[in-house]
Parts: sequence; C-alpha cells; structure tokens
Amino acid sequence: MTTIPPEAPSAPASTRGAASGPAKPDPRRPLGRVRTPATIAAAAIALAFVPTLGLPAFYDSLLYLMLHWIVLAVSWNILSGYTGYFSFGHGAFFGTGLYTSATLMARFDWPFLYTLPAAALLACVLGVALGAVVFRVRGVRGEVFALLTLAVTFVIGTVIVNTPIDGGNGVSLASAPVPKLGPTPSSTFYLLALMAATVTLLVAWGISASKLGSGLFAIHDDEDAAEVMGVPTYRYKLIAFGISCALAGVAGGIHALFLNYVTVGEVFTITVPLTVVLMSVLGGTRHWAGPAVGAVAITLLLYAFTGSNLAVAGKAVIGVILIAAILFMPDGILPRLQRWLVRKKPAAAVPAPAAMPAPPASVVSAGSVLLQVRGLHKAFRGVRALAGVDVDVRRGEILGLIGPNGSGKSTFINVVSGHYAADRGNVVFEGHELTGRAAHGIARAGIARTYQIPRPFAHLSVLDNVALATMFGGAVPDPDAARRQAMQWLDFTRLHDKAHARPDELNLHQRKFLELARALASRPRLVLLDEVLCGLTPGEIDDAVALIRRIREQGSTIVFVEHVMRAVVALTDRVVVFHHGELLAEGTAADVMQRAEVMTAYLGQPAAGAAPLAGAHA
Amino acid sequence: MSGFTLPSVTLLSQSILSGIFVGALYGLLGLGLSLSWGLLRLINLAHFAFAFLAAYLCYQMASWGMDPLLTLLVIVPLFFAIGAAVHWMMARFSVTPFNSLLLTFGLTGIVEALIQSIWTADFRKLESAYGHMKFSVGVLYVPVPELITLLLAIVISFGVWLVLRYTDLGKALRAAAEDAPIAAAFGVNQKRNALLLAGTCSALASVAGVCLALSYTLAPSQIYAWIGVVFAAVMLGGLGRALAPLIAGGVIGVSEAVTMAVTAPSWAPLVSFTVLIAILLFRPGRAA
Repeated sequence: MTTIPPEAPSAPASTRGAASGPAKPDPRRPLGRVRTPATIAAAAIALAFVPTLGLPAFYDSLLYLMLHWIVLAVSWNILSGYTGYFSFGHGAFFGTGLYTSATLMARFDWPFLYTLPAAALLACVLGVALGAVVFRVRGVRGEVFALLTLAVTFVIGTVIVNTPIDGGNGVSLASAPVPKLGPTPSSTFYLLALMAATVTLLVAWGISASKLGSGLFAIHDDEDAAEVMGVPTYRYKLIAFGISCALAGVAGGIHALFLNYVTVGEVFTITVPLTVVLMSVLGGTRHWAGPAVGAVAITLLLYAFTGSNLAVAGKAVIGVILIAAILFMPDGILPRLQRWLVRKKPAAAVPAPAAMPAPPASVVSAGSVLLQVRGLHKAFRGVRALAGVDVDVRRGEILGLIGPNGSGKSTFINVVSGHYAADRGNVVFEGHELTGRAAHGIARAGIARTYQIPRPFAHLSVLDNVALATMFGGAVPDPDAARRQAMQWLDFTRLHDKAHARPDELNLHQRKFLELARALASRPRLVLLDEVLCGLTPGEIDDAVALIRRIREQGSTIVFVEHVMRAVVALTDRVVVFHHGELLAEGTAADVMQRAEVMTAYLGQPAAGAAPLAGAHA
Repeated sequence: MSGFTLPSVTLLSQSILSGIFVGALYGLLGLGLSLSWGLLRLINLAHFAFAFLAAYLCYQMASWGMDPLLTLLVIVPLFFAIGAAVHWMMARFSVTPFNSLLLTFGLTGIVEALIQSIWTADFRKLESAYGHMKFSVGVLYVPVPELITLLLAIVISFGVWLVLRYTDLGKALRAAAEDAPIAAAFGVNQKRNALLLAGTCSALASVAGVCLALSYTLAPSQIYAWIGVVFAAVMLGGLGRALAPLIAGGVIGVSEAVTMAVTAPSWAPLVSFTVLIAILLFRPGRAA
C-alpha cells in the first residue's frame, strides 16, 4: 500500500511554502488531514480489484493473512502503542470475537455478516469491563498490565473450553455459508479483511491526529502529568481499549469462518499477542501505520519459510529479527525511516503564533476570594501531612506558601490540584466545590500547576508539550489551533526557538520555563508553582522572578511554594507558613519572618539575640 | 463441566501430595525468574527455553548411559555461562525491562527451533533407573523422581536464601537492586555481580530442567505450557525473594491438584490465573 493511486487528491506541490503565509490559517496540517485518509481509501479501492486479476486462490489467502494481521496489530496499537499499556490479552478479544461469530453461526444459524457487529460488540464490552476495573488501580502498568491481560486470556479460554460454547471439541463451521462478495470464497475473505484493515487504519490514523490521540500519547510519557494538564486519562484509556477490542473482535469474527473449525488451543494462547507485539515493535508503536509495516514484513517472512521444510528455521529467524530489532531499532522501522527522511529535508516550519488571546477572564474583581480551602486533612498511613488547614487565595495576588521541609506544602498543592484525594475538608474555587473531582476536572476548572522536578512529555516536542495543555486545560479542540496558541506561550517564556526540540535537549532552566509555559497554556485563573526556582543559579532566578511577575500581570493568581526567601520577599503580596501540616502564620513576608514561632519552626529554639530570618535574607 | 464430585480422603491426600510435587517444580522454575526480575529488573522468558534445553541435554546424555543426576555436573556450568553471556548482551545495549521480555521471547523462539531441529517435535521421555521407582507411605504412593525434585527445590531455595540474607554478595545484590548508582558509589561491583546472578539464574533453570526431564515427557511446544503458571507463582510470592516462589508454587500446585480432583483437569488453569489476576489487581506493587 505504498503507492498513491490516481484517486488521491492532487495536492498543491508547494504546501510547505504556503505555510508561511502570515494571515491565513496554516494550510499545511489541514491538507494532511485530507490527504492521509484519502490515500488509505484510494489504496483500498485499488486493492479491491485484485480478485479480478484471477490470481490463484493461494495468493488471496496470503493477502488475507497479511490484512488479518494488519487489523490485529494496528488495533492493538491503538491502546498499547499510543498509551504504552502493552496488552498481552489481544488473543482474548480476538478469540471472543471468533467464538461469538462461530457460536452464532453454528448454533443459532445467523448469517455470517450479521455476526460481525455482535463479535465487535462483545469483544468491546469485555475490554471495557476489564479496563473499567484494571485502569482504576494505580500501578497496573508495564509488565503488570501485560501479565494481567495474558492471565485474562487463559481464564477466558479455560471457561470457554469447559462450557458448552466449545465443550472441548471445537466448533465446526463446515455448514455455514460463505457470503458471495468476491468471485471465489477465498477472494471473499480477502475483501472482508481488506475492508476491516481499511477501517482499522482509518480509525488508527484518525485517533492519532485528533485530540484523543494527543491525550493518549501524553499518557504514554507521564500519566500523572497528563491528568494534571486536563487529560481525562481514565476515560481515554477506556475508549482506546474499547475501540481496540472491537476491531480485534471483527478480525476474530472473519477468521472464524476463514478457519472453518475453531479450537480454544489455537486462539487463547500467548502466540497471538506475541506475534502482534512483535509486528508492532518491529514497525514502530508510536506511529499509526507502524504495526501495519511490521505485519506485512512478518507475514511475508513467515510465508517465505512455510511450505518448504524450513518452518523450523523460520522460527529461529523471527527470533533473530526480534532480538536485532530491539537491540538496534528500539523505536521500530517506521520512526527510523522518518528520522532519516527528516534529516534530508529542512526543519519543519514553526507555526506563526496566533494573536495574543485576551487575558483570562475576571481580572476586574481583584481582591475577592478565588480559592477557599477549609479544614483540609491528608494523612499517609498515619503520617499527618495536612492536619486541617484553612487558606484563602485572593484574586490577583501572589500568595507565598512557605515552611520547613515536610511541613505539607507539596501535599497542599497535590491535594488542591487533585493528584491526591483529601481525607477531609473542602476546596472551593470560584464558588464551585472541587473536593473529590478528578485532577483533569480541576485543570479544566482553571487551576494549573508545575512540578518541582519538571515532568515534560519526553516523546513530544516542546511545542506539542505546551499545545497539549492548550488543548485539554484550555479546551481548544483542534490540535492545529492549539499549536498556534502554544507558540504564543513559548514566545512568552522565550522558548520559541526551541519549539521543535525534544524536552531532553533543554537545560534545567529551560525545562522549568517549559513547565511554566505548559501551566499557562491552559489559561488558568490560578497557577500553583511548586519550587520553580529550586536548582537555578542566581541569574536564572532573576529571570524567573521577572517571568512570574509578568504571569501575574497578564491576569493569573499565583500560589508560590518556595524556599528561596529573596524571591518570596520580592514577589509575594502575602505569605502563609505551614508547620507540621498546620497553618502557623499568615501576613506579609517581611512581617511573618520576624515572628518568633516562624523562626522556631525554621531554625529550632532561638538563641538569645538571634538575627531575624527575613533580615538575614533581604 | 463434569460436575462436582467429592473424592475420597485417600484420593484427596494423594492429590495434595502430587500438588506439592508439581508445586516444587513451579518453585524451582520460578526461583531464577524471580531473582532475575526482582534483582536485575530483567524478565527472562528464555528461562523456560533454557530449562527445556537443559532437559533435552539431560535426556540425551542419559540415553548415552549417564546417570541423569550426574549430568548436572556438565549442565549447570554450561547454563551458567549461557546466562552470563545473555546478560552481558542485555547490559551492553541497556535493554529496558519490557524490551527484555520481547528480546528473551525471541531467544525462546531460537531455542525452540534448535530443540526441534535436533530432537524433532515428537514427545521424548527420559528412561532412567529412577523413572519407575516409587514407594508407599501408608496408603500414599511417593514417586522417587518427584521426591528428588522436591528435595532439590527445598535445598536450593534455602541455599539461595542464606546467600542473599547473610553474605556480602547477597547484601550487595539486594542493595544494587534498590539503587544501583548508590550501591556502586559504595564500592559494589555491580557489573560483575549482575553477571554472576544472571548466570546463577540460568543455572537454576537448568536444574529445574533436569527435574523436568526426570518426571515429564518433553516436547518443544511444551516450553510455553509452563509460562503462565510459573509467572503466577513468582508474582504470588513477590519478586527477588528466595523462599517465596517455592511456597507460592506449593500453594498453586496443591490448589490445582485439588481442583482437578474435585472437578475436571481442564479447569485447573482457572485456579492459577485467577490467583494471578487477583494479586495483580490488589497488590500491583509486588511486581513494580
């Protein structure tokens, strides 16, 4: 499917040049949005004529198997490649679809084509039910998720083999009629698989180009940070899992009739998921088409070894290829190719920043209470991190939050931003109760935070990191519009020339500014800054302080957790002091630092004639 | 579904005994897996392939007239070297835990192909002096090969436990698993220790393989039959612990055997995998 058939829209040759047109909306991306699906559809239409060539039935079957694996690998990738939740349970959903179709045909005499939606539905329901449980448990990631989904495969297989669905003897479909879509039965299977593969590729591409896809890729890199940026991670994972399973179910339904005789031993095994994983890893899991490339390569390879007495050698060769791929191309074939192509072309155009959006609403009513925290409690296994604190944050102010290490400052930020649920107490923001809301809901309500140690999405460019926050926190549905807005925040933090760099190319100072740009991109009314100055040099601190002033000037209220007293005194309108999870003092920085109880908290029992703390730093 | 039948006390105790025996093999197979996963952060699927390769080598040498237990003298050093070599490669390319799973799966395919090309896909059964020995204790029959497996599993697990707990090497390994750079800063030669441990894990796999050859019929495709249940035992026990796989293996083995006695043998996988799912859901930290 590499050729672009004549049906593809004849795109203007110089699309990239047109991107620099200043006033017009960037035409580069929207055109790509038409071209890719049109290419997929056109390739599919062209390939639909293959049966009319009159090739031997054997080729129909080979092509069928290739498309069959494309459906399985690409559908697997929608959850596992995009989010990094590697499922080893694809065999379970494939098998569920297969047995749904087989049972409906053999026992209830359903016509084959009617069984396919049922197969998709049942596989989807099973996946969503499993996901609804599994995705609730923090820590079920990586190897744990892989093993769990594999175990589910064996459990479902055991149940099916021991119940009348299979009964241990398999289900024969010898009497089920094959619908006449193509000139021969084998061409019918080819056409069915072609349709399924086309739909799967379109869906996989559509997701990767949409807001859903951006969210899924962010989950891959840092799920907690994604949630805090406003990505509804739980719902997105469930949607991706449901779609992935439904497509696998369709592949299973078609395969049931193709096999004509289905047994549990061949379906609910580790072989199906491992083949799928192998294909996807080989092709590249971060690209919608990567698994398809891998599926074609592996199917051809398997074909080259079957038929002859080299089948055993084939197993070994696949093993060698898998090892070589992981050692030398851990990202897969397709990303490797892309990188090679990009190196030959000049760097991608930087989107022109959109006009500065109006400052966040309601700067007018300065002084009123924006965030009201009452009686907030949070304990970790008996350690009281917050023991009933009351804090008011007023609109337009910079509130300093200080206290010795372990006094509950970071926990306060984590609870207010929704990372931890409070044990007791409530948080009211702009009159709305936030207690119990998920972190992404709090982000959408207008609260953004930064992390003390920057947590950028490692596989996204600096621009896309910021665009993600614009899209989710700022509710801009269109990824291109989000990128243009994001550019303006990169301008604001003076990172614009790094827009296309990867976060690991930035130094600490720049990564901290990226955290700020991400926090601002959702246009929050309240920004929680967690030790943004920590680890910076004195010169860099001056830069950051100036930037924080500008953040306030453009209308955001700021809660500022910091140990650098010089900056606290210079920036804050008011400070609150935490000690042992309780509110110790409140007032202006200079005033609070003079108080005896604050000095005791910081320095221990004051000796006679000790210098006031603020004086020492000012 | 064959229905629910209550077996006699004799049958039930014989089932429990055979469950303990099979559990010992789960534990022995799981031990190396658990150490490698817990202490080296590498999930070695090839562990099972190594065990089968050792089993076939034992079968081959026994067919030349060697005592199956004496073959350990050849097999254990050989697999120690193989394990260390594989680990050297993974460390050289700094393979992530997840990719180690895929890489060792590739290795499994290669070993499976190797076994199949040498010994064919047919079932093979080791014939030895121990093969048909058994004695009876009261009403229970005790087969000797299984008893050897049980004793080996207990002795080895305790040995590993003692080493991990009381020797400098054991402490260094556990420290390096917790925080490799810090351990290195305190003078732990982590590279050498890791090679040593990886070699040991493969050597443990080969011992399990010899036990496998003593009691079970071998076929290349059987490699995959053990993966699920042994992983369940490893995760039930917790990673990087020496005695836990044996105990967890026993628990799973007995519950499987009782399930088989009470219902039908085909229901047995349900037990181990339901246990695995439950652990993963309620204690995901055990594998993290």
